[in-house]
Amino acid sequence: MSPVVPIGPFHPALEEPYKVEVTCEGERITDASVVVGFNFRGIEWLAERKSYTQDIALLERVCGICSNVHTLMFSRAVEKIAGLEVPDRAQYIRVVIAEAERLHSHLLWAGVACNLIGFETLFMTCFSLREQVMDILERISGNRVNYAMNRPGGVNRDISDPGAVLAAVRTIEKTTSGKLIPIMTGDPTVRARCAGVGVLSRDDALAHGAVGPLARASGLTQDIRRSAPYEAYDKLDFDVPVRDEGDVLARIVVRASEILQSCRLIEQAVETMPAGPIGGPLYPSVPAGEASVRVEAPRGEVFYYLASDGTDVPVRVRVRTPTFVNMPTVPLMAVGESISDLPLIQASIDPCYSCNDR
Amino acid sequence: MKLLRSLMRTARRRSPWVFHANAGSCNGCDIEFLTCLTPRYDMEQLGIRHEGSPRHADIILVSGPVTRTTCEALQTVYGQVPDPKVVVALGSCPTSCNVFAGSPTVVGPLDRVLPVDVYVPGCPPRPDAMIAGLAEAAAILAGDKPRPEHQPGPADPDTADPDTADPDTADPDTIDPLTAEAAGEAGRR
Ligand code: SF4
Repeated sequence: MSPVVPIGPFHPALEEPYKVEVTCEGERITDASVVVGFNFRGIEWLAERKSYTQDIALLERVCGICSNVHTLMFSRAVEKIAGLEVPDRAQYIRVVIAEAERLHSHLLWAGVACNLIGFETLFMTCFSLREQVMDILERISGNRVNYAMNRPGGVNRDISDPGAVLAAVRTIEKTTSGKLIPIMTGDPTVRARCAGVGVLSRDDALAHGAVGPLARASGLTQDIRRSAPYEAYDKLDFDVPVRDEGDVLARIVVRASEILQSCRLIEQAVETMPAGPIGGPLYPSVPAGEASVRVEAPRGEVFYYLASDGTDVPVRVRVRTPTFVNMPTVPLMAVGESISDLPLIQASIDPCYSCNDR
Repeated sequence: MKLLRSLMRTARRRSPWVFHANAGSCNGCDIEFLTCLTPRYDMEQLGIRHEGSPRHADIILVSGPVTRTTCEALQTVYGQVPDPKVVVALGSCPTSCNVFAGSPTVVGPLDRVLPVDVYVPGCPPRPDAMIAGLAEAAAILAGDKPRPEHQPGPADPDTADPDTADPDTADPDTIDPLTAEAAGEAGRR
């Protein structure tokens, strides 16, 4: 019988609790299964017992990395049911925050991936770059994590100092294209660990409904910002980077190109932002109804379903996050690879277990 | 012996190693802790090191409101850290359960599960606050600062003489060599 190696739930390299059970034939993985649910805090259950205003604070804490996406989704769902209009300026501010969040999330991922490859220096470089993104977010929202920016019908804070945001974004863009991308795509260490490792074919990605950068690195052109534009995305110009190789290196390249696209989007949004009001009502009254919304989070498509019966407590809040659909592709990618590549393959889908388990 | 003891004290104060356990956190605290390791905050200047194995650690840093599924694994890990040890509650989640209070899948706050010595509240706390909390934990470890009274905490470094502590008398359950497996089994149950 081949040995089964359980790894986790407290993993030495990755931050979150999860468990993998791998069956090995020597060094080669012949089977793998992922055990999740360690982060299950019953958020949907809690959300159906708190008021809409309290839910915003609760849902922000589904995930500390893409916290803005969850409040954005919830606000959009409430807006859809209540028929609230979002002022133009607020739409642009939402784009700026969403893209800054994508920037920090991708840089965080790049840092963690470098750490797993064993490339300490690049890990530090990614993180010092990420600090500049955190500065932008802090300057706008006052917080480094959990920005509390969205509310139904608008945003909570204005961008009062667009010049500083622009300057910071330009520095990030320059460092990324001048330093980070050449190293991450051309360095022999990175290539040796990533090229041809953990391949996910286009058909498998399609069959498993993969989303986000994982799907885009396997040749699927799929981006909600492009296919069903929301907020101000239809007024801004950006590319959707796609690669066909489907290996870990392709995922690195896709995310690195997305960093540059996000910089482009922030620059455009800050420059073309119209003046005007930013906020909606503080305590919206939500009529009976239901709504489902989708947006493109840093890790892919997020889906929310919200049902209301006219009281101030929602009847049903359903949260489906990208990791939930991307996770089943891990065993596919891991089989046939060496066991020492497993952490990297797992990290390459940019898993977020707290989103996944809720 | 006196010399050795003062040497141990300095060592504990100057190079505490940290094991970080995520007990169902939203990641906010965890990424901020990761930031502490990087150039801007540079936690290592205080000798604090992030360690992957609980057996080499002095400080257990717990984030998250302690979910049902992580509770037992957390206790296993706590048993694996050698004495003297300090437990730091990172963020509002382990301190009070934060927004997750009342959820049927949450068994926290942390002080119901482990004796907590230092609280670092905030959602998430700023990296500076985390480093201050860890520095406080190091002071407790060295015996320069008393442990909070109300805690039924483990042996105090001042009363437990490191020279006479015999590893053979330790509870065999807590010195399982297969860290990952033991924690894994506990988590599955
Ligand atoms: S304290 Fe806040 S940031 Fe930290 S894990 Fe809890 S919800 Fe997340």
